[in-house]
Amino acid sequence: MLLINCPWCGPRDETEFGYGGEAHRARPTDPSSLGDAEWAEFLFMRTNPKGAHRERWVHSHGCRRWFNVERHTVTNQILRVYPIGGTDAVADQPVEEAVGTKEPRQGSGS
Amino acid sequence: MAKYSIFSLVKNAASHHQNWDRAWRDNRPKADGYDVVIIGGGGHGLATAYYLAKEHGITNVAVIERSWLGGGNTGRNTTIIRSNYLWDESAALYEKSLQLYEGLSQELNYNIMFSQRGVLNLAHNLGDVREGMRRVNALRLNGIDSEWMTAEQVKEFCPIINISKDVRYPIMGGTLQRRAGTARHDAVAWGFARAASARGVDIIQNCEVTGIRRENGKVVGVETSMGFVKAGKVGIVAAGHSSVVAGMADLRLPVESHPLQALVSEPVKPVIDCVVMSNTVHVYVSQSDKGELVMGAGIDAYTGYGQRGSFHVIEHQMGALLELFPIFSRLRMLRQWGGIVDVCPDASPIISKTPVENLFINCGWGTGGFKATPGSGFVFAHTIARGEPHALNAAFGLERFTTGHLIDEHGAAAVAH
Repeated sequence: MLLINCPWCGPRDETEFGYGGEAHRARPTDPSSLGDAEWAEFLFMRTNPKGAHRERWVHSHGCRRWFNVERHTVTNQILRVYPIGGTDAVADQPVEEAVGTKEPRQGSGS
Repeated sequence: MAKYSIFSLVKNAASHHQNWDRAWRDNRPKADGYDVVIIGGGGHGLATAYYLAKEHGITNVAVIERSWLGGGNTGRNTTIIRSNYLWDESAALYEKSLQLYEGLSQELNYNIMFSQRGVLNLAHNLGDVREGMRRVNALRLNGIDSEWMTAEQVKEFCPIINISKDVRYPIMGGTLQRRAGTARHDAVAWGFARAASARGVDIIQNCEVTGIRRENGKVVGVETSMGFVKAGKVGIVAAGHSSVVAGMADLRLPVESHPLQALVSEPVKPVIDCVVMSNTVHVYVSQSDKGELVMGAGIDAYTGYGQRGSFHVIEHQMGALLELFPIFSRLRMLRQWGGIVDVCPDASPIISKTPVENLFINCGWGTGGFKATPGSGFVFAHTIARGEPHALNAAFGLERFTTGHLIDEHGAAAVAH
């Protein structure tokens, strides 16, 4: 069971959250100009790393807000929590700084 | 290789079973390489090697396995075999596999303990009822056995089930495939390994593939922990790690890897003589020959490569089990384990050529690969040998994600994902 540090509510059990898949995937800005291969890339292709993975989570049973998590897919250790719209550069900041909260920094020990 | 028979059993009993031959040769890579190298010594990889030798006469084949045979998903599944899939393409592929299973013990000269005990898929609401009836009709149109059962008929077929209307999700009926059932999963891997080895296939265990070497865009071999192995063609059959291995050839796949777990109870006397599955309350259960209840449920929602699952999934699954079978309320669970499944967006597999010449891929079986083991090997061997798909896997190519001809089998997959 993961312990996820919601930027607004603090650390909560994984069961309170919903998983939203890979983060940093932008909807095409000019959809009509895309060919089939580009659509396939956007719709179906995902990075599936064995290691650090950036993904979206939503605190469904809490504040219902979305945020990004960087998690190691083998150990399930949560490496970072950072806001939606955060870039890779934001992700490199410590959690507290990135989300402006004084909640203790939490990872999953599982 | 000596044939297993009543006579070989008697003969070896006389020497206290000390002198049985090894079931398969344990090889080191050959210096001059192979016509075909299969990456992954699970059931599908071994079946592929076997059918390459048997159906296509290609015996200069190596199966390279990172650890030991049957130590991956083949040894971690709930052993259920069925062919009750909705769409024509899936129905044909899984039915071919079921037919191969029906003759497999004889063909491989290895008892895979195939038991056609019947698989029940329960319906708990009107949507389930309509979907179930639709699937029964679709299956019958495809010549596959399937029948609709009322709640009373379900109770008659599986007497310990609770069909009370006073539960949260009462049983309103179900579909039954009588030819479906279970098999001993390890025996399927071992049987294929032995039969493939007997036909000349090299089985290389404890050898990790670390790279796929290409020259002028063509695959020429694989880098391994035992050195470079030259190969005319390479087939990737690496289950949960498909995208990691495909990445070695810069190939991106539309799959995501998730943990899927199963568990068994303490052994009890025979109590359930069929397989029961429910998509709605979400558990599937059967009893092993040893007496343990074998149970599975859904995948973890998030991607992962750690071979264990989340505890709350088990909790949900146990709740579902007790909803169907209150009789199990004091049964103790013995052990739990997880495997990694690679899931496609349409819950159907990819058995295909790739844009990289001489490289072939068989992946994305999601939560239901075991039932497909012989059929998967049969069509993948054809695809590798001929360079073109068999009629049965033509629809399962990588290009379907570009053309949009998806085979949406989320309903028939029976596992939430």
